[in-house]
Amino acid sequence: MEAATMSRDKKARSEQSAQAATRKTASSLFGTDRSSDVPDSTVGVITHDDPVFTCRSVDVFYANKQAIFGVDLDIGRHEVISMIGPSGCGKSTFLRCLNRMNDTIAIARVTGRIELDGQDILDSRIDVVPLRARVGMVFQKPNPFPKSIYENVAYGPRIHGLARDRVELDEIVHTSLERAGLLKEVKDRMDQPGTGLSGGQQQRLCIARAIAVSPEVILMDEPCSALDPIATARIEDLIDELKENYTICIVTHSMQQAARVSQRTAYFHLGYLVEVDETDKIFTNPSHKLTEDYITGRFG
Amino acid sequence: MSNTSNAKREKGAGSKTASRAMDKVHASLRKRYRAEKRFRAYGLISVVVGILFLVVLMASILAKGYPAFRQTFITLDVYLDPGVIDPEGSRDAEVLRLADYNRLVRGSLQIIFPDASGRTERRKLVALVSNGAPFQIQGLVMEDPSLVGQTLTLEVPASGDLDMLMKGRIDRSLPESERRLSDLQIGWVDTLIEQGRIHKRWNKALMTRGDSRDPEMAGIWGAVKGSFYMLVVTLLLSFPIGVAAAVYLDEFAPRNRWTDLIEININNLAAVPSIVFGLLGLAVFLNFFGMPRSAPLVGGLVLAVMTLPTVIISSRAALTSVPPSIREAALGMGASKMQATFHHVVPLAIPGMLTGTIIGMARALGESAPLLMIGMVAFIVDVPQGFMDPATALPVQIYLWADSPERAFVERTSAAILVLLAFLIAMNALAIYLRRRFERRW
Repeated sequence: MEAATMSRDKKARSEQSAQAATRKTASSLFGTDRSSDVPDSTVGVITHDDPVFTCRSVDVFYANKQAIFGVDLDIGRHEVISMIGPSGCGKSTFLRCLNRMNDTIAIARVTGRIELDGQDILDSRIDVVPLRARVGMVFQKPNPFPKSIYENVAYGPRIHGLARDRVELDEIVHTSLERAGLLKEVKDRMDQPGTGLSGGQQQRLCIARAIAVSPEVILMDEPCSALDPIATARIEDLIDELKENYTICIVTHSMQQAARVSQRTAYFHLGYLVEVDETDKIFTNPSHKLTEDYITGRFG
Repeated sequence: MSNTSNAKREKGAGSKTASRAMDKVHASLRKRYRAEKRFRAYGLISVVVGILFLVVLMASILAKGYPAFRQTFITLDVYLDPGVIDPEGSRDAEVLRLADYNRLVRGSLQIIFPDASGRTERRKLVALVSNGAPFQIQGLVMEDPSLVGQTLTLEVPASGDLDMLMKGRIDRSLPESERRLSDLQIGWVDTLIEQGRIHKRWNKALMTRGDSRDPEMAGIWGAVKGSFYMLVVTLLLSFPIGVAAAVYLDEFAPRNRWTDLIEININNLAAVPSIVFGLLGLAVFLNFFGMPRSAPLVGGLVLAVMTLPTVIISSRAALTSVPPSIREAALGMGASKMQATFHHVVPLAIPGMLTGTIIGMARALGESAPLLMIGMVAFIVDVPQGFMDPATALPVQIYLWADSPERAFVERTSAAILVLLAFLIAMNALAIYLRRRFERRW
């Protein structure tokens, strides 16, 4: 009798604490008290001396649900900027605004102002085809076309008419593969399908494909999340080399990767850009508590 | 003290309940296994019954149909009498064409059986030879008029009844009045066999001729060609239209109430009974547009309308199975929507589209009901030479022959079914091959 009561008490207590725990996670992750957590305006330095992109109060809606809330951010020329944050924080969504890939999602709507060299790319009169030629993209999962390695790289120059003849096209393909650090591995099998390469090679092929049209900016959406550490290291080295000539925006889940490759880091939280600053500063001395919680591994 | 004993008791009780639970599990386990075994048995029985039906069907069609591929021929010595063919010696084509070749056949039979006398007996004698025999001689003479005056040893097709007798389909033990061949005729046949004048040969007529009232002269070539012309029309219409519709709906169309409505309608159209499409063809193509009756063109149009939903649905399925990452890759390169679709998505979906189209074509090939409505169920002797000529189709020919009273048409019906099945199996095999060969997995 006594034992029974005791166990019932215990059960009730544990249920209480479980509920409390759920409430706590829910409040911190799903933001019932979002307004108190998220700063009114982004902490850190959003501007850049020589910006390629100037984004002001960018909002993104999926149907009626807002996914991004008033993001202001400059992206500098020839810098690597990484975007970090927990899943669903809107970092990929923001990245896809920069070359208007969100246009492919019927229910997505982007408002605000994103200027690429002073021109508002959100303007409906802007043609996305030349925009995407200027702003290339590398996706999370390597997605080479199911064609030969050569055709994969040659596709962009071909549709944009960048090469006058076969010789020029060959040259573009070779330089692109070389810059992507893939030429040595594939030069004897250019006619074999790109899908036959290893995951890391496929991703470098996708990078080669992106740089074959000589873009100014390369957007990378978690380019290493499907790769092993060695392939990841190769891609990171590649990013380091590419930053001489290209502006690179990289979305990543790995804070180490952000710290290794980028000069600036932007921390997104629940659709808000919480903090953006020099990468060193973000990882050693973050200004906002949410950023600190995230980089110290308290959640995310 | 009391605590520890409590714990012990609980532990003991726990192990006891555990063993009791295991007993129950074991007891129910046997029941569960029995149920599983029963279910397997049911499944096996269903499969066996299905296969049995198929085997019986195929065996019966094969057994009935295969003799039709051989035909009985009679060897005759035909004297090409100039007095009968061309008494004036003009060798004019028109004279040669209109000559009485029946008399030549009758004459050569009478040489073998001189004791057949009187009109009735002579008619019975001629009835052993096919009505096609005079035309065969006519053809030879027309081709080479110098043959006139010579005696040719020819193999002419035997009549359907003789053919049936040779294939054991006419029972000699039946009373004469219940037989298609009289005692006298059977006696003649036996004489012919003794003289070594009767042979079975490959039935060329079956594969090369159009329909005929005489089973030994009837062939499926007219129907095969009719079906072929029809399928050409069906393919040329339904594949491009179906693929274009599928590509538009899947890749370009906005998703709204209208496209939903169209989608529902397409899915419903795929389930509409085929005869309804025949009625549509009758009302629209024949009565409104005044197209010719019985023409493969109209048949093809009707079948195209009927197969369109199938083609659209399978093409859309093929397009949907192309992973979105390919589209994103192309769009991210700065390809336009059109380029992304036609450079990357459609080529990857083509095998699936082809498979669906071939299966749709196979269905169209086997379809007879809509063709009945547009007059393709006529008795047509001439092999169609184009899309506007009157024609039948294979399944309709089967239907027509199945309706004919002559015994010899029974085996020809089965033979035509075999030919149709061969075409269908070939088409489905091609579809499977394409799917296996070009299928991609992501």
